Amino acid sequence: MGNSSPARLFFALVAGGLFGAGLFLSGMTDTAKVQGWLDVFGAWDPTLAFVMGGAMIPMAMAWLVARGRTRTALGTPLPPQPGTRIDRKLVIGSVLFGIGWGLAGLCPGPSIASLSYGGTGLYVFVAAMLTGMAVAPALRRRLDNPVAAE
Amino acid sequence: MPLDWIWGLIGGLLIGTGGAVYLLINGRIMGASGIIGALVDGSASDSKWERLSFLAGVILLPILLLPFYGGAVDTHITDNIPVLVAAGLLVGVGTRLANGCTSGHGVCGMSRLSLRGFVATCCYILAGGVGVVIFRHLLGVI
Repeated sequence: MGNSSPARLFFALVAGGLFGAGLFLSGMTDTAKVQGWLDVFGAWDPTLAFVMGGAMIPMAMAWLVARGRTRTALGTPLPPQPGTRIDRKLVIGSVLFGIGWGLAGLCPGPSIASLSYGGTGLYVFVAAMLTGMAVAPALRRRLDNPVAAE
Repeated sequence: MPLDWIWGLIGGLLIGTGGAVYLLINGRIMGASGIIGALVDGSASDSKWERLSFLAGVILLPILLLPFYGGAVDTHITDNIPVLVAAGLLVGVGTRLANGCTSGHGVCGMSRLSLRGFVATCCYILAGGVGVVIFRHLLGVI
């Protein structure tokens, strides 16, 4: 199990459960709702903004609590502050992700949350997504170092 | 429609609470693409079981809630296979290049006022909006 204690596994399950329940109850596994949010010129659906806003409240409080600490409740170190660099991997990657997100109305979280009820189309999407994730490191290296990749 | 907003808010609060638990107890930043992606490209190594446990929770809770919805939820997912394949590849590659998706950059990044989070979120929402205009209203494929 690597360095994952039973307590870590349990709380990972709890965190994942809260995430999955939230995606399910908010309707974010409904592709029509996501595309409705992106479809500014169609029947615009603002639900996603409420989901995002709602999610940021407890998360912002968690960051505030984390700021005054160095260790988690289980005694392990808190993660280092994520990088701050705005590079082309961030911009190109986010644009590619956005196009795919709009095309199918699915992003990684909801695609996993709806695995039990999404049907065949969802399996096709998830298989393609996993394939994309598997080939991404090679592309990332190319963007990091375009000359050496030739 | 007003009920949709309320459920959106309730669901959002649960999502954020999940992120808070993952950060303050497990010491990890909750991003779906990172949790899944590291398992796929082999970079998860010693955190493999923790990631699988998180994903088990993500799959299991909707299964437990499904009976309250009559056992079925319409996801309105398209049956256009080429669209699903293209969308999946773009989401997979894009989130791993950008090192985050709606949960990582959107929820966890923007809530700590990270510039990277804001830039990524603006990029994917703009690209998604332009994509829907092009593919729905101009080309009619979705």
